[in-house]
Amino acid sequence: MSYINKPKVSHPSLPTNELGMTRRQYEGSMSTLCAGCGHDSVTAAIIEACWGLSLRPEQLVKLSGIGCSSKTTAYFVSGSHGFNAVHGRMPSIASGANAANRQLTYVGVSGDGDSLSIGFGQLAHAIRRNVNMLYLIENNGVYGLTKGQFSASADIGTKAKRGDVNSSPPIDPVLLALTLGATFVARSFSGDKAQLVPLIQAGMRHNGFALIDVLSPCVTFNDHEGSTKSYVFTREHYHAAVETDFVPRAQEIAVEYAPGESIPVTMHDGSQVILRKLDPAYDPTDRTAAYNYIGNKLKQNEYVTGLIHIDETGDTEFHKLNRTAAAPLNSIPFEKLSPGRAALDKLMGRYR
Amino acid sequence: MPKLKSTANRVNDFVMKFANVNGTGSASANSLIMKAVFRMGVPVTGKNYFPSNIQGLPTWYEIRVTRDGYAARAGRVDIMVAMNAETYSKDVRELSSGGYLIYDSTWPRSSLLQRGDITVIGVPLAKLVNENFEGVRNRILLKNVAYAGVLAALIDVELEVLVGLLSDSYGKKPKLLDSNTKALRLGFDYAKEHLAAPLPLRVERMDKTRGHIMIDGNTAAGLGCVYAGATVGAWYPITPSTSLMDAFKGFCERYRVNPETGERNFAILQAEDELAAVGMVLGASWNGARAFTPTSGPGISLMNEFVGLAYYAEVPCVIFDVQRVGPSTGMPTRTQQSDLMICAYASHGDTRHVLLFPANPQECFYMAVQAFDIAERLQTPVFVLSDLDIGMNDWMCPDLEWDDAYRPDRGKMLSADELAKLDKFYRYVDRDDDGITYRTLPGTSAKGAYFTRGSGHNQYGAYTEDSVEYQGVLDRLKRKFSRAARFLPKPEMIGKGNSEVGIVSLGSCDGAIREALDLLGRQKIEVDYLRVKAFPFNNEVEAFLKAHSMIFVVEQNRDAQLKSLLTLETAVEKSKLLSILCYSGFPITAQPVVDGIRAKLEEAPRLTTVPR
Repeated sequence: MSYINKPKVSHPSLPTNELGMTRRQYEGSMSTLCAGCGHDSVTAAIIEACWGLSLRPEQLVKLSGIGCSSKTTAYFVSGSHGFNAVHGRMPSIASGANAANRQLTYVGVSGDGDSLSIGFGQLAHAIRRNVNMLYLIENNGVYGLTKGQFSASADIGTKAKRGDVNSSPPIDPVLLALTLGATFVARSFSGDKAQLVPLIQAGMRHNGFALIDVLSPCVTFNDHEGSTKSYVFTREHYHAAVETDFVPRAQEIAVEYAPGESIPVTMHDGSQVILRKLDPAYDPTDRTAAYNYIGNKLKQNEYVTGLIHIDETGDTEFHKLNRTAAAPLNSIPFEKLSPGRAALDKLMGRYR
Repeated sequence: MPKLKSTANRVNDFVMKFANVNGTGSASANSLIMKAVFRMGVPVTGKNYFPSNIQGLPTWYEIRVTRDGYAARAGRVDIMVAMNAETYSKDVRELSSGGYLIYDSTWPRSSLLQRGDITVIGVPLAKLVNENFEGVRNRILLKNVAYAGVLAALIDVELEVLVGLLSDSYGKKPKLLDSNTKALRLGFDYAKEHLAAPLPLRVERMDKTRGHIMIDGNTAAGLGCVYAGATVGAWYPITPSTSLMDAFKGFCERYRVNPETGERNFAILQAEDELAAVGMVLGASWNGARAFTPTSGPGISLMNEFVGLAYYAEVPCVIFDVQRVGPSTGMPTRTQQSDLMICAYASHGDTRHVLLFPANPQECFYMAVQAFDIAERLQTPVFVLSDLDIGMNDWMCPDLEWDDAYRPDRGKMLSADELAKLDKFYRYVDRDDDGITYRTLPGTSAKGAYFTRGSGHNQYGAYTEDSVEYQGVLDRLKRKFSRAARFLPKPEMIGKGNSEVGIVSLGSCDGAIREALDLLGRQKIEVDYLRVKAFPFNNEVEAFLKAHSMIFVVEQNRDAQLKSLLTLETAVEKSKLLSILCYSGFPITAQPVVDGIRAKLEEAPRLTTVPR
């Protein structure tokens, strides 16, 4: 971790967003992670994304489980409520919170241990329930806080710092999410902020469960030769299939896209995601095709990145299926919730 | 088990038991009889002893006609309707001396006639039904209605009352109404023609059920959640709590759906397990909705981790534990009060939780409402400890009442305006010096933002590993809990308060104890009775324990969990507490209470048990 405190004053000419806020105002407390940790880069990307969206801090809810990644929700947007749940159980907290107030923006930050082992069931069911939230997995293949055991995302043949070789097959969160019907599935790399920021923005604006698997190397326990989750290995085996531009609502699309190559997707709030296909054979709106494409590349040890699949219809979003009132449930006046004495008196007849 | 003699002529005071096969539709016929007695103004209880099974295993239903209005089961059977060949011999054995056995005589069953002290009544039910109805399933269902008709004639239940009940149930389905009424009359007429009806055990109109209803505790609790303004319910199906969420859903669909838009002012999440169910409740409560989860013992075991988080991070949370027989899977369809200890101290580390103990369905309704108020006032989990007997059986209760002036107690929750007036907001600073701090809801304002965590935190909500800061928060939590009793329902005391002998009990033991008090009173033994309604215990409990020199703690578990809690959490001298325990899985009766107290009093004759 760093030991230099953040300065309390900021440069007067720092750029501001639509709310007149600087990036500094989207920061959180000091990170206590190792210097060079991939997770801190993801934190920086989240700050950039929130600033870029001109998100009111109180409109954001930060959720996490337990682990290095889960600590990071304290390191961004200190003006937002945060909930650091128990290990692997953040999705249930998010599901309940979202049920109570559908109007806030929910961002969950988790890790490969938190999501793919102890929290596997909760992640799967949050996807199935299609909770409207962005779920980031900061994926490094190891348990850091307990000193470097393999996690469930460790690849076969990858080597631990002490020399052990992993022989169990990995669980790939992207294939998992595609299988379970997630409506927004992406993969990125903590070292590629240019790719990550628009993905986070699009994921936050997606009407449903958005999963981003972020390869985020552990500098202390999994950044050595022989590791398939090191910075070097990731950079070499990392290929974007789709580039994503995020265009906030009420903003003109400035770039000209060649027809056929780009797919514009209008998000729930009116913002737009422009998908530019780098591989002409790839179609991110076709779940089955996406699954096959990613699976084949994985067999060749290649990580396909970018917005891998999107379905913005919102047909299966939790509140849509529940037919929940548009107003947040936590704001409905008591008079509308309690049927009152006359109704009770009438009801008693049923039990005589 | 000693057989209690069935008295020959007992109007409005006898027990009928129906031995059936699960899944044959007997439940509706049995409740038809029960409801008819109720509508004739005679107090009645119904207990369902069912198997953990969908179809095929034996099931029993017991109806006690009780002119004195006792809520417990009687512990004897005066009329046995033996409709299950598999359990005939057991059912015949269970019948009290002088009782009546009713069986289907379509096929000869000579082995039934071996007891000389009972009256055997054969009715060719299958023959009657087969001659009059078509279809296998139809015949099975209507045979039940036919024996209800036989029984009605035998115990003098008015046919018009039964027909009225049928038309209430099948009013909109004329074909079903016709066939059910026909089957009912078949049985009724056969009994009138061929049997010595009515029996000396019979029903006579009274006026003791006016202003009362027959309702089960889960329905009442689900209704209470609606009235309390709960908007989020999360659950994982588990017997015997499932019907609580079914009831909540049913009432919400009735009262909480906008008739024009179809929009719903509630959300029900069927979770993947109980870990997630309670997590959802925490998430929703933290976010300002009133949220709850119904469960039973195995679910409580799974919820422990999150309950500890809710306690430490101070997130309100309402958990209904409809207790069943443990340990482990135990007997899911039998009743017990064996989750007291796990709920009182759920989760690792130093934790203590608020418990409410409803004794009957009407208390399930009122305590459901109170539970939300207490949880939000104290910002902590609240367990409502009902049980299978209360939750799933129909009890006669006074009409539920509601005061339209009621408004939820949301506790110390700061609005955006209130926050604006503050210099700084800190989540865990004890500003009022009462152990309860102020919370804010997500979305209120950036100034009110804080970080909720189960890791060590100081009063400012920041992560800490500093001993003093950590202890500061932990000690305040202790202070908060030690003063919690003033928000909780006070115990109920019965008796003159001047006996040296007392009973302390809780929940569904109440009916058996009240009946035991009457039985003891007839033997000139006066005993004071205190029913605790909540944990932590308040001063009244402490005073009662102090004022009595021999105290019987009556509860339905093996390990005397209430006694353990009293020993741990009050100043009572351990040797004063004597246990009367019932953990068979069937609801407790008055007799073991009477016997247990008498046996001890005979050993210690110097104690004053009569009024001085």
